[in-house]
Amino acid sequence: MGKTLLQKVWDLHTVRALPTGQTQLFIGLHLIHEVTTPQAFDMLRTRGIGVAFPDRTFATTDHIIPTLGHARPFQDPLAEAMLCALERNCAEYDIPFWNLDSDRQGIVHVIGPELGLTQPGMTIACGDSHTSTHGALGAVAFGIGTSQVRDVLASQSLAFDPFKVRRIAVDGALAAGVFAKDVVLEIIHRLGVQGGVGHAYEYGGTAVDRMSIDERLTICNMSIEGGARVGYVNPDQTTFDYLRGRPFAPEGEAFDRAVSWWRSIASDADADYDDVVEIAAADIEPRVTWGINPGQSVGISERIPSAGGAGSTGAVAEALEFMGLTGGAPIRGTRVDVAFVGSCTNSRLSDLREAARVARGQRVATHVKALVVPGSQAVQRAAEREGLDQVFRDAGFEWRGAGCSMCLAMNPDRLNGREVCASSSNRNFKGRQGSPTGRTLLMSPAMVAAAALAGEVTDVRDVLTES
Amino acid sequence: MPVRIDCIEGPGLPLRGDNIDTDRIIPARFLKAITFDGLGDHVFEDDRAALPGHPFSNSAYRQARILLANDNFGSGSSREHAPQALKRWGIEACVGESFSEIFRGNSLAIGLPCVSASHDDVERLMRLVEAAPSTRFTLSLSDRTLRVDDAPVAVTIDDPVRDAFLTGTWDATGMLLDDFDLVRGVASRVPYIRGF
Repeated sequence: MGKTLLQKVWDLHTVRALPTGQTQLFIGLHLIHEVTTPQAFDMLRTRGIGVAFPDRTFATTDHIIPTLGHARPFQDPLAEAMLCALERNCAEYDIPFWNLDSDRQGIVHVIGPELGLTQPGMTIACGDSHTSTHGALGAVAFGIGTSQVRDVLASQSLAFDPFKVRRIAVDGALAAGVFAKDVVLEIIHRLGVQGGVGHAYEYGGTAVDRMSIDERLTICNMSIEGGARVGYVNPDQTTFDYLRGRPFAPEGEAFDRAVSWWRSIASDADADYDDVVEIAAADIEPRVTWGINPGQSVGISERIPSAGGAGSTGAVAEALEFMGLTGGAPIRGTRVDVAFVGSCTNSRLSDLREAARVARGQRVATHVKALVVPGSQAVQRAAEREGLDQVFRDAGFEWRGAGCSMCLAMNPDRLNGREVCASSSNRNFKGRQGSPTGRTLLMSPAMVAAAALAGEVTDVRDVLTES
Repeated sequence: MPVRIDCIEGPGLPLRGDNIDTDRIIPARFLKAITFDGLGDHVFEDDRAALPGHPFSNSAYRQARILLANDNFGSGSSREHAPQALKRWGIEACVGESFSEIFRGNSLAIGLPCVSASHDDVERLMRLVEAAPSTRFTLSLSDRTLRVDDAPVAVTIDDPVRDAFLTGTWDATGMLLDDFDLVRGVASRVPYIRGF
């Protein structure tokens, strides 16, 4: 019986079996940002412990930074204090830091792959639950908390219980106007928001095989929304082509040797999975969330579930009440006040291109505030070289600087009151976008752009057909 | 010195609802800080504002030490600030139908045990506390029981996690540094560090 990628990477990185029965795993790459690390460094100082491998940790800033200019000090003294702490900690411990003045700065889960830091077969940790994103390149990547950040800094390792592996095979072709975001929303809807607890999700099948790395990043990104801490795609030619020439990728003959190793760590054809789920790509249509967790979504042609309907629980009633939506009504036509294209889920160049394709030559509805926030300074530059910024501006979108922005609203970008936001981000939790009563509808970047133009949830396939 | 955790005693707090995410436990605006100080004051801040009589606002539960929760508690964001806020409010253990993986791991790392109980047991315990908030519980990790009135409730916790609490290695730093040569050994053998 063959092995999965997870098993191979696990075995390679095992330091030892711990006395508790857990496994101590070596962490090959540690990514840090300003929100979940200041306390970790303070704990190190209190204990008189240093950073074990400062060259295996890389820092950037993303969560709290304003997207309308980087003048320091920030107007928000708390945000300023957080960035100052990261600057001080990186300087003290000699950790490479791409700060705002670096052209490599951006959302941590966007820059890791973009710089070629993220590579197949690595173990990666970051104090952020969307660290699973990096699995798109065949890495095993864990979201961790602050005490675990401390432990990685101190020991370059973590204690883990074993994972089960569920293979999710998406086979066939996606219809035009259906994107990776729709695929992962479908997966979470089918398997539930806790279906993946204790599991790593291995995404495969012919639809995933055909996807670009950007699309795979979107799918792996939302693994945690289905309860799976780890999600990955086996490395293949698409992965190798993506990595070639990136700043931290091996060069020359070393790259070729790397490719043969990367191939070897992919799951074997006869690998043993704890579970296999098959999904037909052709069945998936553009999806939109109607509730307060990412599993609560429907296809654009469907109706919002009713409280008390078949299989319904009190959760539906609670969600409908918070969202102010009516069970049984079509999701299409739901009015939106704000449109947000961005986040570590959907802020890469291909996402912006898809949104721009919808927005080109059109106008944002007069009652909608729409903003586009590229995932990194590199994405921003690339988009501007293609003139996407102008497409968006001409259509009435605001074109902002790189960062996490309105995904979690730790910077000045946030919803007000009960505003409804069509969002390409990853979470529709109560209060997620900065207003305790604000409401989020998750969808693909193209669907966000279509909603911005129509002023309501609409089927992007109709818009694309018309144009 | 390792801090060993076994028995936790005190009143309970019933927090009803499945899939209560960490954004609700501590909204992101309270993560804008460079310490965890003061987080206890803001636990469930927005839920409390929206729901008068929220259990965390109810003075009858102010002495609670054991949180009673339903399914998939602590889902979503990996912010350790969530268990930190609960702990700083006064919660010393969580008993729930199930927990999100990252939340449970973060809770372990700060010495806050999360143990599971059946849906029916959690429902019974919640009703008990709602009727008599001062009811005292005793959670024993070594016995895997929650004692209340005359009927002990069986709780589940994975062996490695239980051992980590009982031996004090829930604070893992020391254990992870115990044999650092082995860590160096892995670093020198993984191809992407050794060089391709």
